[in-house]
Amino acid sequence: MAELRTETMTVNMGPQHPSTHGVLRLVLELDGEVIQSVMPTIGYLHTGIEKTAEQKKWQQVIPLVERMDYLGAQSNSLAYAMAVEKLLGLEMPARVNDIRVLIAELQRIASHLIWLGTHGMEIGAVSMLFYAVRERELLLNINELIAGFRFFPSYIRIGGLREDLPRGFHETVTAFLDRFPGKIDEFEGLLTKNDIFRRRTEGVGVVTQEEAMQWGLVGPILRAAGSDYDVRRYFPYLGYETYDFKVPTATEGDVYARYRVRVAEMRESVKIARQALSRITPSGVWACDDPRVVPPPKDKVYSEMEALIQHFLIYSQGFTVPAGEAYVPIEGPRGEHGTYIVSDGTNRPWRVKMRAPSLMAIQALPSVVQGGLIADVVAVIGSNDVVMGDCDR
Amino acid sequence: MNAPDIIAALAPLVPGASFEAVPSVDFATIYVPAERLVDTCRALRDADGLRFTTIIEITAADYIPRQPRFEVVYHLLSISKRLRLRLKVRVAEGATLPTVQGVWKGAGWLEREVWDMFGIVFAGHADLRRLLMPEDWEGHPARKDYPVQIRKGAQTYEPLEVSENEFRANIERDRVKRTH
Repeated sequence: MAELRTETMTVNMGPQHPSTHGVLRLVLELDGEVIQSVMPTIGYLHTGIEKTAEQKKWQQVIPLVERMDYLGAQSNSLAYAMAVEKLLGLEMPARVNDIRVLIAELQRIASHLIWLGTHGMEIGAVSMLFYAVRERELLLNINELIAGFRFFPSYIRIGGLREDLPRGFHETVTAFLDRFPGKIDEFEGLLTKNDIFRRRTEGVGVVTQEEAMQWGLVGPILRAAGSDYDVRRYFPYLGYETYDFKVPTATEGDVYARYRVRVAEMRESVKIARQALSRITPSGVWACDDPRVVPPPKDKVYSEMEALIQHFLIYSQGFTVPAGEAYVPIEGPRGEHGTYIVSDGTNRPWRVKMRAPSLMAIQALPSVVQGGLIADVVAVIGSNDVVMGDCDR
Repeated sequence: MNAPDIIAALAPLVPGASFEAVPSVDFATIYVPAERLVDTCRALRDADGLRFTTIIEITAADYIPRQPRFEVVYHLLSISKRLRLRLKVRVAEGATLPTVQGVWKGAGWLEREVWDMFGIVFAGHADLRRLLMPEDWEGHPARKDYPVQIRKGAQTYEPLEVSENEFRANIERDRVKRTH
């Protein structure tokens, strides 16, 4: 019998595919079920936010950057606000830093919950999504409580926070923090020892420590490959050095290791959030006392001429930022979120650039999944926790 | 480690290159001459006291009307030494930069994005295509002289128009006659 002719098959995955977390197109070249090559196409969610930011005043950029990585909204605005504050040379009061730590950790939990739900769903544990989104709902309620907006609260502002914490904040957050560790046990009970889940994830999509560093995958992906690099530890900000927490790591570098690292991170975030909450008084300062940036209190605006002028100036002209450049990294849910800003000394940014951990993760995707099975692509995308809004900006 | 220390460490590794320290509010920043960029990056990655093994970010800024017009900015991270470094390279309009893809794999898409947004060419790049904008896009949106409020019509494709006779002719042309 003559030899059978074989050829590879090209399969188009996406742009509208439920497991691509947004709009990502992959062109897969398959030999049977084995992946020969992958070509990602991105840019479907590119909205030119960085260019738009150059047309806005400094404070007006906050809602824009929150819409980049829409699952970790307040990580973006935190990094941006801290970068501008660095150029302005502002020091935040301790209470503002503590509230920011609390918000950043709650945001990390919220983002990891969506990751957990979708990741579980994509590799067969469909009910995970419902378990995870139920808990995230409580976090969105907290956002609604502090800012009246559930996804993009814009609560973190340059110079501090938008306003003081609302009544009932401590009770609501405490109730969540008391409830949540038990729920993590529940998630782990569904997945960690689940035989099907482990067979789909163990040994799949291995990223070694050297590869992760080469590709710039700093964050949970690098920590799952053995490094303990965490911006909160290596370059502390917001007083993270005063908090007691562990940096979860694993050594295998596979999808299962990344799962374990992120679940452990949620537990650590609860610990940090508890410590932060215990430091925050129910009422107190919510912004620094720099009158260039922070508008005066309303009662003064109504009674004092200087305060009225200052209020008017801040809301009409905005404030100027000294010329220069700054890059401020923070540990976001997906890894190192950073904002690079350039000011030319005016009231509008000259250049705003967000570092996008998802962009780096998708860039490395072909080398991670090559030689694996087509079903593993879904597992790897899920475990890299990509958000296309963050990738395309 | 501040910028003069890093320049002192680099000087014997990249002989003849003139580095320039820049005052900055966050971490060490140095200007690197474009023609020695790859040597410098390789030295920064491999030197024992530095070990900048991770590329964090490559971006650019358009300083029009200043000449040279662009600055490409590289943010590096050394995890083992807990160091950050910013490299800056001045690039004139139409000039090219050598790619650092060979030094850090992760630089590939970052350079593609800079090409896409600013139109700065990276010589030797393996796959320098647009990254975020459509492939047939004209212009480089992040340039300062690129208009902000432009209106572009939605791109549509006309359906294939075939008359009835052409259709029949096509069918007849493609019909395979049975030969046995």
